[in-house]
Amino acid sequence: MIQACGLRKVYGSTVALDGVGLHVRQGEIFGVLGQSGAGKSTLLRCVNLLERPDAGTVTVDGQELTALGQRELNRARRRIGMVHQHFALLSSRTVAGNVAFPLEVMGVPRAERRRRVAELLELVGLEGRGKDHPRQLSGGQKQRVGIARALAGNPSVLLSDEATSALDPGTTESVLALLRRLNRELGLTILLITHEMNVVKSICDSVAIMARGRIEESGSITELLRTPGSRLAREVFPLPEPRPGQVTVTFAGHAEEPVISQVVRKFDVDVNILGGAVEQLAGGAVGRLRVELAGGGREAALAYLRERGLLVEVAS
Amino acid sequence: MTWEEIAPLLWQATGETVHMVAWSTLFTVVFGLPLGVALVAFDKGGLRPAPVLQNALAAIVNVGRSLPFLVLMIALIPFTRLVVGVSIGTTAMIVPLTVGAVPFFARLVEAALREVGRDVVQAAQAMGAGRLTIVGKVLLPEALPGLVAGLTVTVVALIGYSAMAGVIGGGGLGDLAKRYGYERFETGVMLATVVVLIVIVQLIQSLGDFAARRLSHK
Repeated sequence: MIQACGLRKVYGSTVALDGVGLHVRQGEIFGVLGQSGAGKSTLLRCVNLLERPDAGTVTVDGQELTALGQRELNRARRRIGMVHQHFALLSSRTVAGNVAFPLEVMGVPRAERRRRVAELLELVGLEGRGKDHPRQLSGGQKQRVGIARALAGNPSVLLSDEATSALDPGTTESVLALLRRLNRELGLTILLITHEMNVVKSICDSVAIMARGRIEESGSITELLRTPGSRLAREVFPLPEPRPGQVTVTFAGHAEEPVISQVVRKFDVDVNILGGAVEQLAGGAVGRLRVELAGGGREAALAYLRERGLLVEVAS
Repeated sequence: MTWEEIAPLLWQATGETVHMVAWSTLFTVVFGLPLGVALVAFDKGGLRPAPVLQNALAAIVNVGRSLPFLVLMIALIPFTRLVVGVSIGTTAMIVPLTVGAVPFFARLVEAALREVGRDVVQAAQAMGAGRLTIVGKVLLPEALPGLVAGLTVTVVALIGYSAMAGVIGGGGLGDLAKRYGYERFETGVMLATVVVLIVIVQLIQSLGDFAARRLSHK
């Protein structure tokens, strides 16, 4: 749905994007995770060309945006919704007026606008608040207005620029739940950037980890967690550096099975659990465990764990 | 002089001042608003960056602002004659008043527009809004309270400038104060003029403040 290739953007002597590629599949929620200054905001702005990359191409929904003139680009942007960290609502307009804004830009007639605005406000749970001004709303409600506005043009893609970073944890959760619902009900593809692992954990299907203008790792969450040496796994489950011989076991989708006790019963090993956690990720339970295995059955036990589809990493 | 003698003079002078200020306010908005928008839009990082043009406009505005109004008014006499046919009188005064207030108002417009958040403008761009739409539907409406406040300051300044019209026979309250208060030592006329001016300025300022407050939804 979104395809970016070889994006490069330099500001003065700072390289904000250093050859970034991105592939977001239709209907998924894709998170770009990184510290501030990693270049993720520039990346997001390059997708709808709020920033023009110095090099590289961007294709959204089959249309190469980087090849378009300003007029066609404006037309294409109407099919790409965007939500902003600080909401970016017009203080001079009411809630309904804000949601109607993109429809005015598109030249939708007044009666049709009114109908659509009511529909959108209901969709985000703000029915009856149309006549209020943004300053009368809480942060979470403002972001719901922002989301309703972004959806006005029936976009195929929603870009979210730290949409929940200005919100408290409870509100963050409800806004994330709304995004998840829209993704499921409307088949909306969502590309979001965030510095919060929590956002990735609760709604993303895929993730790219960004640092210093580069993507360090990218793919579906389940896939990444099954990849040895995954940064995502290390960041989701902060365990201390393993000592030689220690074993790290990652369970993706098998966290319900009592594999460790099976191993102890079947093989001649002692298991010493050093640390670990189970998290809900990409809709399934994922666990990571740091253990020491001792005894004659050690190799057989490791082979058994691998056979069960678990990722087994032995520190050397 | 008795009040019966002063009243008609005062009435006429007030009418002349209102005439000068009202028309020059209108023309100031007509020319100053687009100029202020241009100063913001052509700036680097603006809607349509054109730094050379922006610098040129800013320089012209600064020149206009650095001339004392009295000097500007006299220097503009040939231009005024070209525009309105005469160079003295109340109507002729509208030309230098407008020329003097346009750069002043344009700077206030510029300041008000710069108060509009970048994120709001970018949000509109992300929605596919064109430049004119952004100016008309985002920048100006969002800056409206600031624009009204700027206009209020400009009108008050225009009233002040218009008092100098007496120098070129322009009429109005300033002229009245000069001819009767200064040249004939008619303290009664002088005081009446001062009172009328204070009342007018107070009225305009209160009206402007009220409008700016009502329009602000921040």
